[in-house]
Amino acid sequence: MQAIGDWFQRLYETTGLNFSVFYDAYDWGRYFSGLKMTLLLSVTTILLSLIIGAFGALMQGSPSMLLRLPVNAFVVVFRNTPPLVQLFFFYFGLGTMLPAVEAAGMRVPLLSNVQWAIISLSLFAGAFNVEIFRSGIEAVPRTTLEAAEALGYTRLKAYIHIVLPLAIRVCLPALNNNLVNLLKTTTLAYAIAVPETLYAVKQIWSESQNVFEMMVVLLATYGILVGILVWLMHRWERAMHIPGYAR
Amino acid sequence: MATSWTPDQPIVQCVDVRKSFGALEVLKGISLSVRKGEVICIIGPSGSGKSTLIRCINALQPITSGSIQIEGIEVSDPRLDKLALRRKVGMVFQQYNLFPHKTALQNVMMAPIHVLGQKRAEVEARARALLAKVRLAGKEDTYPGELSGGQQQRVAIARSLAMRPDIMLFDEVTAALDPETVKEVLVTIRELAEDGMTCILVTHEMNFAREVADHVYFTDRGVIVEHGPPETLFTAAKDERTQRFLSQVL
Repeated sequence: MQAIGDWFQRLYETTGLNFSVFYDAYDWGRYFSGLKMTLLLSVTTILLSLIIGAFGALMQGSPSMLLRLPVNAFVVVFRNTPPLVQLFFFYFGLGTMLPAVEAAGMRVPLLSNVQWAIISLSLFAGAFNVEIFRSGIEAVPRTTLEAAEALGYTRLKAYIHIVLPLAIRVCLPALNNNLVNLLKTTTLAYAIAVPETLYAVKQIWSESQNVFEMMVVLLATYGILVGILVWLMHRWERAMHIPGYAR
Repeated sequence: MATSWTPDQPIVQCVDVRKSFGALEVLKGISLSVRKGEVICIIGPSGSGKSTLIRCINALQPITSGSIQIEGIEVSDPRLDKLALRRKVGMVFQQYNLFPHKTALQNVMMAPIHVLGQKRAEVEARARALLAKVRLAGKEDTYPGELSGGQQQRVAIARSLAMRPDIMLFDEVTAALDPETVKEVLVTIRELAEDGMTCILVTHEMNFAREVADHVYFTDRGVIVEHGPPETLFTAAKDERTQRFLSQVL
């Protein structure tokens, strides 16, 4: 580790390229905690948005209007408005209307900016996931469902054992895209001062006057994060591959 | 649902069954009865309502009026216990409709475990025996997509049999197959019939119908035109429509 730090220090001294995060412990600390926050935002919003998508798609396929209508309204609202505006709406709009609570002798908002960012981004990506899962469910042939029905499967059991496993396989590529977008969209949390990677890096370049270098670090960071996510999704896709199955 | 059905009564009893899709009446008063262990073939031109009829028999489609009773269970009863019905009636489709994400063995095992809650070990032993019976021993771990049409159809037959039905419905099960694989499926069905399974087949295989059926029904435009034992229906049809159809297909 020391060698890396020394190398970047020498690079700065000889060329003027100042990658301060790699040799300055204080900058590294800020960058690393930003990275951890980005990971927290990404993992929680991906999981929540998947749950929202799965439940939403199930409700959307229900025969009851009372279940379908709210899901359709939710999808329209969150798909037709910009995610940054949604975030502002939640944080500045709803957040200020909620009562404050007493914590460690201080009056603090009921939900922190991090929590609002998680809620807002999960709903945003969840709305897209509803549509993605629905496309998968609709691709399962009616005749396959009929065979399940003829074997005595109830609607719910057929969904669990037959429809969902097939639907997931159909919609994985689209899901993949949406989750990649979600990971990159976590940078919007910057706008409500969530100390994620973009926020931390911006702080560093303001103080160390190394905008270009930190931009490179920032782009590389997201490039690598998305690369890891895509690799995981592809592994999942391969694990789900069915021999001889071509639709 | 209390039933007073006894094995000496018809196992399937259709009385004046009518079925409409919107303004189109597909079944215009079909009556037929099947006794336990009988093999029935329903033949007729495309669009005559053959498939609709057997789809109504296991309540995949509701009938508009009339009555269908399976071992005394009224299929058109709004309080019908569909699970009870489907334990008695197995169905095999033209397009096999196997579950593509499961192996042949899993396809056969799924419903008894998921629907009937039977023990895995017991179901697996039965499923392996059934696959052997349809001559697919060694293909247990193969996925449907890797099997030929005829093999898939035999897995579908084994899958239905795993539920231990009293009646098997076959909806044009050889219509989508290559000519060379038709035979292997027909052999399987013939063996079933010889074992005493009650079978209702919609088929275009006239020679097969002639050979295995106890009784043949000829349908045209939603009605049963004529029916009888194969030897009389195929050689001495009375109705002019039956004669014309048979002269085209034989």
